[in-house]
Amino acid sequence: MPMSAPVIGASSGLPAIPKHPVEYVRIYVWELPVRVYHWINAVALVALCITGYLIGAPSSPFYASESYQQYWFGWVRFIHFLCAFVYVFNFLARLYWGFVGNRYSSWHAFFPFTKAQQTEIVDVIKADVLETKLHGPISTGHNALAGLIYFFTFLAFVFQTITGFALYSSMSNSWLPRMFTWIVPLMGGEFGVRFWHHTFMWFFVTFIIIHIYLAFYHDYIEGRGTVSSIIGGWKFEREKSDKKS
Amino acid sequence: MTVLSNVGLNIGTCTVSEVGMGISIWQSMQQKGYSRRDFLQLCATAATVAGFAQSGVAQVVSAFEKKERPAVVWMHFQECTCCSESFIRASHPIVVDALLDVLDLNYTETLMAASGFQAEKCLTDTIEKNRGKYIVLVEGSVPTGADGVYCMIGGKTAESILQTVAKDAAAIVAWGSCASNGCVQAAKPNPTGATPIHKLVDKPVINVPGCPPIADVMMGVVTHLLVLGQVPALDSQGRPKEFYGRRVHDTCYRRPNYDAGLFVESFDDENARKGYCLYKMGCRGPVTYNACSVVKWNEGTSYPIQSGHGCIGCSEEGFWDNGPFYQHLASFPGFGIESTADTVGTVVGVATLAGVAAHAVVTNIRKRPVIAEVHTEDQKES
Repeated sequence: MPMSAPVIGASSGLPAIPKHPVEYVRIYVWELPVRVYHWINAVALVALCITGYLIGAPSSPFYASESYQQYWFGWVRFIHFLCAFVYVFNFLARLYWGFVGNRYSSWHAFFPFTKAQQTEIVDVIKADVLETKLHGPISTGHNALAGLIYFFTFLAFVFQTITGFALYSSMSNSWLPRMFTWIVPLMGGEFGVRFWHHTFMWFFVTFIIIHIYLAFYHDYIEGRGTVSSIIGGWKFEREKSDKKS
Repeated sequence: MTVLSNVGLNIGTCTVSEVGMGISIWQSMQQKGYSRRDFLQLCATAATVAGFAQSGVAQVVSAFEKKERPAVVWMHFQECTCCSESFIRASHPIVVDALLDVLDLNYTETLMAASGFQAEKCLTDTIEKNRGKYIVLVEGSVPTGADGVYCMIGGKTAESILQTVAKDAAAIVAWGSCASNGCVQAAKPNPTGATPIHKLVDKPVINVPGCPPIADVMMGVVTHLLVLGQVPALDSQGRPKEFYGRRVHDTCYRRPNYDAGLFVESFDDENARKGYCLYKMGCRGPVTYNACSVVKWNEGTSYPIQSGHGCIGCSEEGFWDNGPFYQHLASFPGFGIESTADTVGTVVGVATLAGVAAHAVVTNIRKRPVIAEVHTEDQKES
């Protein structure tokens, strides 16, 4: 036998890899449309937050003496509007997928109507947030608390969409933004709309921080490939402990 | 001077008004010795002010020749008279002259000659003789608190007067921000319960907001009513689209500086001298619908932004509560006057980061056994 399979760690003094490693089941959780939605949404949202902040509090990074020499603030606004349209249609596509996608992406995950989901919310708060209980079996897809919070995020999406289009409508003849002009008098003029649109940006900033942290946290604590699942779509469950879905 | 002298002669003296009733503008002008040429000049100017195309002049001529002069009552409630002051300073004196002349302005507390019972009689007579035909111009908001005692004229509350006058009106125009959206009287905490006109009457009201509205805009609205005898196209907030369809920002001559990201950082800086955009100085142009940057003020001389000061959004609802005027974002409610949403947001963001970091530390301490357990289980199961 000229070539035998090398035994990793055999010569380095590290414990040898067990002959029968723990059996993991590979589960296809996030289908391609869900992953694509996630990343388009992530890019659009970050771009929207950055450009939105700049529109609210512009800095003066470039030097020019006359206005015809540059257009950077115009571009910032253009990127904001462009990303807004991408973000809205992407969101609508995700809503559609909530009805035709697999069980993990189904709309059911976002509403804790069942007793099991409600129990899991309490469980996740105890085990993950407060860390008063050390163990807690967690759903393969969205856990019930995450699902509920995503639902609140969707509400914030809708709020930003409505207020954003309402602000945009005065610069547009397109039917889509013009559908939301009614919100302006309701919120006491464009000043009020702008104020709340700007304030809700900070909800997303906070959401992004917590969301990224929790993805890493779950990956670390559970070892189920939480972070990589949103790239490849697969999560891993130990065969024995995969009692819950 | 001609304007005021005419006002003095013709307003609120019932006898003169009654003579004029039932005749057209052209007939009235003939009586006063104007030539046909003067009349046509008036028609052309009126058409221009109301924003008609040249082809609309014939319509104006026809209307002024045939239509009866409409009776007008101008009500003053909780206001500062800046709308009246603005109105009599319209940049087309011939139009002011003619309009005040051609309007059958039977009642207006500020300018009328009559007083006391005589003045009240002018009002009741006008209403009785012109039911369904007269035009009501309202300046000022109506207090509804404490049964309306905060504003009473001739022993009657502003609200009861408004209801009486509005009942048989052909059209109601709300002059200025007070009548359109409450203005300073309705600013928090609104002690008198100041209420805009459109919330009190069940008829469509033409809102002409601004503190004050631009004189030429007021002229334009009145001309439109007179000439076409119908309400101009209004937006969702009851404002004439022709004057309130665009934001001050959209037509501002400093707009290119905004797109180029060239901003005034302080009223004393070089950028201010160069005339850059006042966005960062709290200019409300981007959220204010008005015609200031097109029509301008005082015979088209200037408007606030051209004079180096940001727009304060005086034609927008609740602009007194949207302060401070020199800050682009409002102060966040409950966090002091200097704190914007950004201040609060930054604090929340930093607190979240700190919370997350603390959680990570706690996880590594408290969940150490869990992590260790997973590892040993792996070993056992193997």
